[in-house]
Amino acid sequence: MSIILTESEAKALLQKVLAYSKADECEINLLGEERGNLRYARNEVSTSGSLINQNLSVQSSFGKKVGVATIDEFSEESLEKVVRRSEELAQLAPENPEYVSILEPQTYLKSSGFFESTAGINADKRADAVAKSLELSRAKNLTAAGFLDNQKGYSAMMNSKGLFAYYPSTSVNFSLTVRTPDGTGSGYIARGYSDVNKLDTAAATTIAIQKAMGSMNAKALEPGKYTVILEPTAAAVLLENIYFNFDARSADEGRSFLSKPGGKTKLGEKIVDERVNIYSDPTHPDLPASPWAGDGQPLDKITWIEKGVVKNMIYSRYWAQKNNVKAVPSPSNVIMDGGTATMEELIKSTKQGILVTKLWYIREVDPQTLLLTGLTRDGTFYIENGVIKHPVKNFRFNESPVIMLNNLETLGKSERVVSTESDRNYMVPPMKIREFTFSSLSDAV
Amino acid sequence: MKRRDFIQLAGLGTGAFMMPAFAMGRNVSPEAFLEKSVDAAVNKRLADAALNAAKSKGASYADVRIGRYLNQFVVTREDKVQNIVNTESYGVGVRVIANGCWGFAAVVDVNNEAQMAKAAEDAVAIAKANAKLMKEPVQLAPQKGFGEVSWKAPIKKNAFEVPIKEKVDLLLSVNDAAMKNGANYVNSVLFLVNEQKYFASTDGSYIDQDVHRIWPIFNVTAIDPKSGKFETRNALSAPMGMGYDYLQANPSDKITGVTTRYNKGYDMLEDATAAAKQAKEKLTAKSVEAGKYDLILDPSHLWLTIHESVGHPLELDRVLGYEANFAGTSFATLDKWQSKNFQYGSKQVNLIADKLQEGSLGAVGWDDEGVNTKKWDLVKEGVLVNYQAIRDQAHIIGEKESHGCCYADSWSSVQFQRMPNVSLAAGKTPLSVDDMIKDVKKGIYIIGDGSFSIDQQRYNFQFGGQLFYEIKDGKIAGMLKDVAYQSNTQEFWNSCVQVCDEKDYRLGGSFFDGKGQPSQSSAVSHGSSTARFNGVNVINTARKI
Repeated sequence: MSIILTESEAKALLQKVLAYSKADECEINLLGEERGNLRYARNEVSTSGSLINQNLSVQSSFGKKVGVATIDEFSEESLEKVVRRSEELAQLAPENPEYVSILEPQTYLKSSGFFESTAGINADKRADAVAKSLELSRAKNLTAAGFLDNQKGYSAMMNSKGLFAYYPSTSVNFSLTVRTPDGTGSGYIARGYSDVNKLDTAAATTIAIQKAMGSMNAKALEPGKYTVILEPTAAAVLLENIYFNFDARSADEGRSFLSKPGGKTKLGEKIVDERVNIYSDPTHPDLPASPWAGDGQPLDKITWIEKGVVKNMIYSRYWAQKNNVKAVPSPSNVIMDGGTATMEELIKSTKQGILVTKLWYIREVDPQTLLLTGLTRDGTFYIENGVIKHPVKNFRFNESPVIMLNNLETLGKSERVVSTESDRNYMVPPMKIREFTFSSLSDAV
Repeated sequence: MKRRDFIQLAGLGTGAFMMPAFAMGRNVSPEAFLEKSVDAAVNKRLADAALNAAKSKGASYADVRIGRYLNQFVVTREDKVQNIVNTESYGVGVRVIANGCWGFAAVVDVNNEAQMAKAAEDAVAIAKANAKLMKEPVQLAPQKGFGEVSWKAPIKKNAFEVPIKEKVDLLLSVNDAAMKNGANYVNSVLFLVNEQKYFASTDGSYIDQDVHRIWPIFNVTAIDPKSGKFETRNALSAPMGMGYDYLQANPSDKITGVTTRYNKGYDMLEDATAAAKQAKEKLTAKSVEAGKYDLILDPSHLWLTIHESVGHPLELDRVLGYEANFAGTSFATLDKWQSKNFQYGSKQVNLIADKLQEGSLGAVGWDDEGVNTKKWDLVKEGVLVNYQAIRDQAHIIGEKESHGCCYADSWSSVQFQRMPNVSLAAGKTPLSVDDMIKDVKKGIYIIGDGSFSIDQQRYNFQFGGQLFYEIKDGKIAGMLKDVAYQSNTQEFWNSCVQVCDEKDYRLGGSFFDGKGQPSQSSAVSHGSSTARFNGVNVINTARKI
C-alpha cells in the first residue's frame, strides 16, 4: 500500500484501530507524507533528498486520566500494541483537570489543497526547475543559493464518538538568494504554492537577480524614524508575531499584548488602523488549508481583526468552557486583506522613504508591547520623490507590529508569501508605514 | 523539533496559534523507553545491505545512520500537569556520493535488508539526477575506518529510568515555591533527550553511540494589576549533556552573589524561589537610561553572545556561501584568516572549539560521518586562526582531516557541518567577579539570556537578558529593566578587557540551534567565565502601545 492513503483506506485503517479500544474515550490521528528537496549554493547542488513518513497516534482516556501513544509501523500486531500502550499510560497518568471530552461528529468546509501536478514532482522535475534558475544566475556571473522543497501527504482522524475527518494536501516552496561576485549586492525571492503549475522558477529568479544587482554598493543612511514600504515577505515576519499571540487565556491572565489593567482584555477594542482586516478561511483559493483542527474542531471562516478592532481570540475548549464562551481553535491559515495600490504606486507616492524587501532574525524584545527586533536584508533601497534613488546599507530595527499597523499609510494587493522565519504561508499585502524605527546600521550584505 | 514548536509545546509562548497537529513527533508510552535498543549485530547486517547496494549501483562512498531518538517532556503550570509526552522516532538515512555528487534518502519502518537496499538505490538515483547540475565533484578528506566501536555519554543517572511521578513532584514543588514567593503564574518543563545512533560507512566504521541530554526550565510571571504591566524571569539552568544527576546540586555547584548561579548541578527549587522574588522586583525596577556602559556578562548570559557572534561566523559552510539562502554568510572571510593577523578580539580573547568537553551538549565519540572528535583553537590571543570544517570542506582550508563536527538532527535529515561547543577560555590571572566589579565606574551586570538577534553576516547584534544590575563606582546599585545592548562583533570582542579565572567557568547552551534547509536543530554548549566589555551601547526597550 502507498504511504499516502485514500480517504476510504484511511477510514478502514482507523476503524480497525478503534476496534481494539477498551477506554472510555479514544481518539486516533493518522498521517502520511512524501517529501523531496533540492538544495544548492555557489551555483552547485549541495544536499538533497527524499523522505517518507507515516504515523498513528492514539489518545485513550478513563475519566480525566489521559494517555497518548504512537507508532509508525502499521502491522496488525503494532496497531493493537499502540492502543494497549495508550490505555496503560492513561491508567498511570495523574488526572488532568483541564481534559475536555472528545467531540461528536462535525461538519467541515470543503477545501481543495491537493494538486496532482505537485504530487507528481520527482527528482528530475526538481532538477529541471532548479536548472532554469541556475542558467539565469550563471549567465549573469552571479552566485545563487536556493532551496526547492515539495510535499504530498494527508492527515485523518477518528474517535469513539464517530467523528471522522480526512484532508489531503500538497505544497511546493522555492526560495533563492542571488549574490554578486564582489559580495556587495544580494537579492532574495521566496514562492510557496499548493499547485506547482503556479511556480515559475525563472520568473522568480529574475526578480532576485534584479535585487542583487540593484543593491550593489549601498550607501549608509543615519538610523532613525523613516517611512517604509514593506514588501509582503518583509511584512509577514512582523505580522505573524501578532497571530502567534492571539490566545484568550494569556490575555485574560494579564500576560499578553491583548491584556488590559484590571484583568480585562482588548477584545472588541480598536488596536490598529481601521483599514486592517485579518481573518482565516481554509477555503481561500490561493491559500487552501485543512478545514479541521487536530482534535476534530471545524475550522470555519473567522475574523480576528475587523476594521482595526479585535473581533475574536483563540479559546481552547477548556478555557471556553470555563468562561462560558464558544471555543475558537487555532486556525490553519491567516489572511490579511489588502488595498488596491500596486508596488509602483506605493513607491511613486513616497516623497522620502525606504523600500524593505526582506527582514531577518526577528525576535520578541518585550511581550507586553510586542516590540520586535531584527534587520533588513537582501535589498534595501532609498526612495526620494517617488523613485528609487539608490540602495542603502542594512538597518537594525526595534518596532512593534501593533505600533506599525497604527502608522499605516497605504495597503497594496494581498499575495501569498512564505514566512522566512516560520516557513508558514500567509496572504499579506505590501504596506506603506510611517515612522518605522531603525536603531542602528549593519555592515552585512 | 524547531525552537518555536518547542516554545509552544512547553507553554512558554503565550498562545498556540497555528500549531500543527503533529508538530511534536511520535509519542510512546514510558515503558517503551526501557526496551532494549536494536542489537548492534542487527544494525550491522542492515547497514551492510545498504552499503553494498550503494556500491553496486555505482556509489563511490556511502554511509548509513540507523537512529532511535527518544524525547520525554513533562509540562506543568502552577498546580497542574499539562502534558506528559514521550516521543520516539526510528528510521534510517542513507547518504551516498555517485557521479561526484551527494544523494540522500531516508526510510521509516525498517526491518529488512531489501528496504535498506532500496533506500541506498534511491539515494544513488538522486545523486545521479543532481550530478548533471554539478561542476565540481565532492572532495572528501580521507578518514580511516574504526571497525566496530561504541561511545556512551558519561551519565550518572539515566533520566529516562526515573519514575514519572518523581519528575512531576519536582516540577510541582518548583511551581509551588514560585507561587509562594509572589509569582502570578509559573510554567515549568523537564525536557529529556536520548539519541541512540548507529553509523556505518564504506570506510569500514561501525559506530554505536548513546547520547543523553537534559534541560529543566521554568518561566515565572509577575503582574502589577493596577498598571497591567507584567515581568518575567526564566530559569538560570543550562541544557546539559548529563543525566538526572544534573538536578542534584552540591554546594560546590553553586556560585553565590547578587543571585545564585549554577555549574554542574542545578537547584531548580532554589532558583524558582529567587525568580519569583526577582520578577516582582523587576516591576518596580528603574528603567535603564540609554548610553554607553561597561558590561559585566555572566556565563549564563555570555554563552548566547559567543554562540551568535563566534560560533556561527566561524562555520566554514557559511563562510563559503552554502548557507547564503537561509542562515547567511559570514564577515570572517577566508582572506581575514589567511592574513594571520585579523584581530577578532583583544589579547584576552581565546576561543576554543571542543567536541570532547564532558557534560557538554556537543560531546560525542565520533561525529555523524564517522570522524573521531577533537578540540582546536578558533581565536588565539585575539587572532582568527581556524574555522569549523567537515570532510568535504577540509581541503578548502588546507587541512588533511575533518574537525569532526558533522551532525544530523534525525535519521531523516542529511548530516552537515554543525557548530561544536565553542567556548571562551578562562582568564589565566586569578580574578573573581567581585574584584572585576570593583573597578567599574558605570556599568551593568547582566545575568541570564534574553532576546537575541544578529545579522546574516554576524556583524550587528542585539541581546537582552534576565537580570540587570546597575554598577556605580564599583558597587551594585540596584536592579534595572528594559535593557538591551547593541554592538558589532569585532568591536565587541576587542572591547573585552578582563575574563575571570577558571573557578568561575560554567557552561550555557542551546537545545535548538537552527540551520540548514530543511531547517535542522542542533544542541551545543558554550562555556566561559564572567567577562568585562568596556563602552558598549545600551538601548532602552520600553514602549507604549
